[in-house]
Amino acid sequence: MNVSIEEQTRTDQATTLVVSGEVDAFTAPQLKEKLMPLCKENHEVCLDLSQVEYMDSTGLGVLIGAFKQLRSQGGRLILKGMSPRLKRLMQITGLTEIMDIEDGA
Amino acid sequence: MKEKMIEQYQELLTSYLKDKQEDQLYAAQQMSKWMLEQKIPPEEMVTIHAEAVKRQMPDLPENVRLSFNLLIEMMIGYGIALREHENLLNRQRELEYEIEVAVGMQQTLLPDSPPAVKDLEVGVISVPANRMSGDYYNFVNHGGGSLGVALSDIIGKGIPAALCMSMIKYAMDQMDHPLGPSETLRRLNTVVERNVDPSMFITMVYGVYDSEEHIFRYAAAGHEPGIFHRAKAQTFEDMTTRGLVLGVAKDISYEEYSLTLAPGDAIILFSDGVTEARIDGQFLGRERFKELVKPHLQLPAQQAVEAIYQDLFEKANYDLKDDQTILLIRRKS
Repeated sequence: MNVSIEEQTRTDQATTLVVSGEVDAFTAPQLKEKLMPLCKENHEVCLDLSQVEYMDSTGLGVLIGAFKQLRSQGGRLILKGMSPRLKRLMQITGLTEIMDIEDGA
Repeated sequence: MKEKMIEQYQELLTSYLKDKQEDQLYAAQQMSKWMLEQKIPPEEMVTIHAEAVKRQMPDLPENVRLSFNLLIEMMIGYGIALREHENLLNRQRELEYEIEVAVGMQQTLLPDSPPAVKDLEVGVISVPANRMSGDYYNFVNHGGGSLGVALSDIIGKGIPAALCMSMIKYAMDQMDHPLGPSETLRRLNTVVERNVDPSMFITMVYGVYDSEEHIFRYAAAGHEPGIFHRAKAQTFEDMTTRGLVLGVAKDISYEEYSLTLAPGDAIILFSDGVTEARIDGQFLGRERFKELVKPHLQLPAQQAVEAIYQDLFEKANYDLKDDQTILLIRRKS
């Protein structure tokens, strides 16, 4: 089980991260380590999740942490390219209602 | 003590040099075990060997004798490693003991058995993947023949989840009188939102069964929807649930839903570990879970949940990676 996180674009205000692989209890800390500092520095962080094969609730926890951080600074977390399974997970947890979700990668 | 060890060792050395037998080497192995029990470090063992050799061979060349000093120095590092290893073992035993205590404490957070409610059967099973669970369930007596049931899944596993669980339990206990599903979740959300790490969250479904009207009123906070089995038609329905997980945002309201139960109808609530169990490399999913549940529904509630779990455990090849909780309530026929 592996995860890789690559920075795609970076401007003064916004950064896009492309996440691929599996995000679970073992790999979620890697995502958190990469994502949280970016959320503190940026106004807008976009996560491209189209290459994510699997994400469990620990991964979701990392997204929530990032969301809360950005919200506290008046910023925004954008999620895109989610698989149908991940979308369903976001729906069940009610996160669809409060997070910015975009279709396509 | 040391003198005695040298004498014993010398005796063994003498007999080995004379006969060169296997069983003398075996005796040395036994002595080594005894030396370890006496906590004789490796460098000390070399000292004993050097002393025994000197006594055995008084005309030992000076160079050979001196070489033992070097060997003693070399062994000191091994001695330190051995002591570190022993300290770690002791530390591990202490931690093991602490976890054992925590596991016991966690057990006390769960209710013993569901309270008896007129015309209602309740069964519940909760099995952690490891030793501590992130799943929680509770029963609340609402009086007047009404029973509250809560099923909750705390993100993550192990000790952090267990600590969170105690917070949920005490927050529920603190409510001076039982509240309806929406209000219960609204209050719990406030507690969780204030008290947990930003990347922590909790899902929960809370429902109240009214045994006078046979209505189950419920609300959910981001929890996997339960399933409703209609006995007469032998069909399953997905329960509707909408609501944000606990701990993410302030001032959240939770919509309430209701189901009317005919005799024999059952509601099955569960944690996501159940539908996300991997069977032949695939997630079980809701549809296959319903198929798995069906044959066990003619059993009494408690036996039914146990049989459902056992069936799932076998199908998952006795390897379930997440905590599993299944709660079943059924209106008696």
